[in-house]
Amino acid sequence: MIPLPGKTIAEKIFSAHSGTDAHAGDIVVADVDFVMGQDGTSPLAIRALENMGVTEVFDPKKVAVVMDHSSPSPIEGVSALHTMMREFGKRTGAKVYDVGEGVCHQLIPEKGHVVPGDLMVGCDSHTCTYGALNVFSTGVGSTDGAAAMAAGKLWFKVPESVKVTYTGALQPGVYSKDLILHLAGELGADGATYEALEFHGPVIDDLSVEGRMTISNMAIELGAKAGLMKADAKTLAWFEGRGEKTPNPQDPDADAVYERELTFDASAIGPQVAKPHAVDNVSPIEEVEGTPIAEGVLGTCTNGRLEDFAIAASILKGRKVHPDVRFIVAPASRQILLDAIEAGYIQTLVEAGAALVTPGCGPCVGTHNGVPSNGENVISTANRNFKGRMGNSNSFIYLGSPATVAASVIEAKITDPRKYFEGGER
Amino acid sequence: MTISAKAFKYGDDINTDYIISGKYKFKSADMEGMAVHAMEELDPHYYEKVKPEGGFLVAGTNFGMGSSREQAPLVLIHSNTKAVLAKTFARIFYRNAINTGLPVVECDTDLINDGDVLDLDLEGGVLKNVTQGTEIPFPPLPPVMAQLLADGGLVEHFKKHGGFAL
Ligand code: SF4
Repeated sequence: MIPLPGKTIAEKIFSAHSGTDAHAGDIVVADVDFVMGQDGTSPLAIRALENMGVTEVFDPKKVAVVMDHSSPSPIEGVSALHTMMREFGKRTGAKVYDVGEGVCHQLIPEKGHVVPGDLMVGCDSHTCTYGALNVFSTGVGSTDGAAAMAAGKLWFKVPESVKVTYTGALQPGVYSKDLILHLAGELGADGATYEALEFHGPVIDDLSVEGRMTISNMAIELGAKAGLMKADAKTLAWFEGRGEKTPNPQDPDADAVYERELTFDASAIGPQVAKPHAVDNVSPIEEVEGTPIAEGVLGTCTNGRLEDFAIAASILKGRKVHPDVRFIVAPASRQILLDAIEAGYIQTLVEAGAALVTPGCGPCVGTHNGVPSNGENVISTANRNFKGRMGNSNSFIYLGSPATVAASVIEAKITDPRKYFEGGER
Repeated sequence: MTISAKAFKYGDDINTDYIISGKYKFKSADMEGMAVHAMEELDPHYYEKVKPEGGFLVAGTNFGMGSSREQAPLVLIHSNTKAVLAKTFARIFYRNAINTGLPVVECDTDLINDGDVLDLDLEGGVLKNVTQGTEIPFPPLPPVMAQLLADGGLVEHFKKHGGFAL
């Protein structure tokens, strides 16, 4: 008998959820463990459910809607959509995260709605974030979301996987954000379309769970369906006390078949910046240093976590945001805000001149909280810099790590953060 | 059924923020009102050009990259876009297009110029460039997707079958 080839994380999770021996390329109907929508997409999903004639969700404990993109509501149209979401929660029993709770991609894992080994879909492209937690999570549209809310299952094409390994170690002042920006530059915006990325190696092992989430969050920027990692002791410790579900980690087999295998030496990667208006338009920071900026953003589902606040606070401690810069800070969740207050980071950042906004998406998608003016440059920890992304198509968005943003708001120009780190006497 | 319309041609990597900017996303109750802004970042006159007689949106690689907003295929449908023809599509857009009933065709769009008149017979698998007098081959849709499109999208599929029947 010919031994069957081993499986990737994606193939294992799809096998377990479809009751089939799933391999890349198969189309399967699989059970989902959780379905999520945000305030830009849930209203369409709710309407799709109505159009389907469906009045109940398959399991109220496995469905949540989150008000994060335009929250608190800036206009009455949004207020009406928020009302619609609250009523949906009351009617179906689905969980509602209201204004001030935070960004969906922080809340879903933080509240223990998913655990390692799960399969979940969200009506938001950055749902791939929980891949860092060994969850096969992927973004879908509102109609798919509605079908999943109604039936608890959805059809999927099992993706091929690309194995990405990081060797070496990160230099001081260089972060997981720099690794994923670098990879976006290497592979391009469609470098992994229809595929799952699977991240491995000592550098990933060394990262905190939060740092890993930054990488998986941006898998979609390379076109990938998911950005998966193994669950290790750190992952399991992170889930302790976060709800009742039991993790069921899925490790890839040693002989798993990958579509491609890529290896990068992380020691050779410095701070990276994505330039307007494409996430794969990436340069080492040396090439854009000195570019003037008028707005800095710390936050979003990419980099709005406690560790990101710690990094920014360590650079801004005892320093001031340049008077020509607005520095907007948005914690990814209420819990992170509380933790950042307790750790003193909020005090440090606000004293330095930051404008703190409600936990949520912040100015990321141009619906509230800091639309840039004509001709202005922004440096942001977000994941997208498309033209018009922040609400003004005549502004220019650069993406970098929290350290790069913190260093840049001090000088009102893009600044290499390594000068604030040991051995960085540049 | 054959759809006949003019091609409106754009480039590679057209993302969902260009198809419909996030700032209009919250008008989502009014799809006709949003459709006026379809493709506005790239071509402020897209809606005026396509709405009266309908058209094919023709693009290069990775069409529809970016967000999961289903308003993207919906504004195209409401602007009277008959189908999107591209070399490759981003995954979520492709799925959303099928689910909402917008035909998507993966083909070599270098064989189409802006303004060419095209005849598309999706079921028959024939795409003709009438202006150039050529036929452009394209792979058939996988059966799951063909069935969803034939049912008129996922909502109609659900209504018809009372759930998934794939
Ligand atoms: S923070 Fe930005 S990228 Fe993340 S969910 Fe919100 S709008 Fe989307």
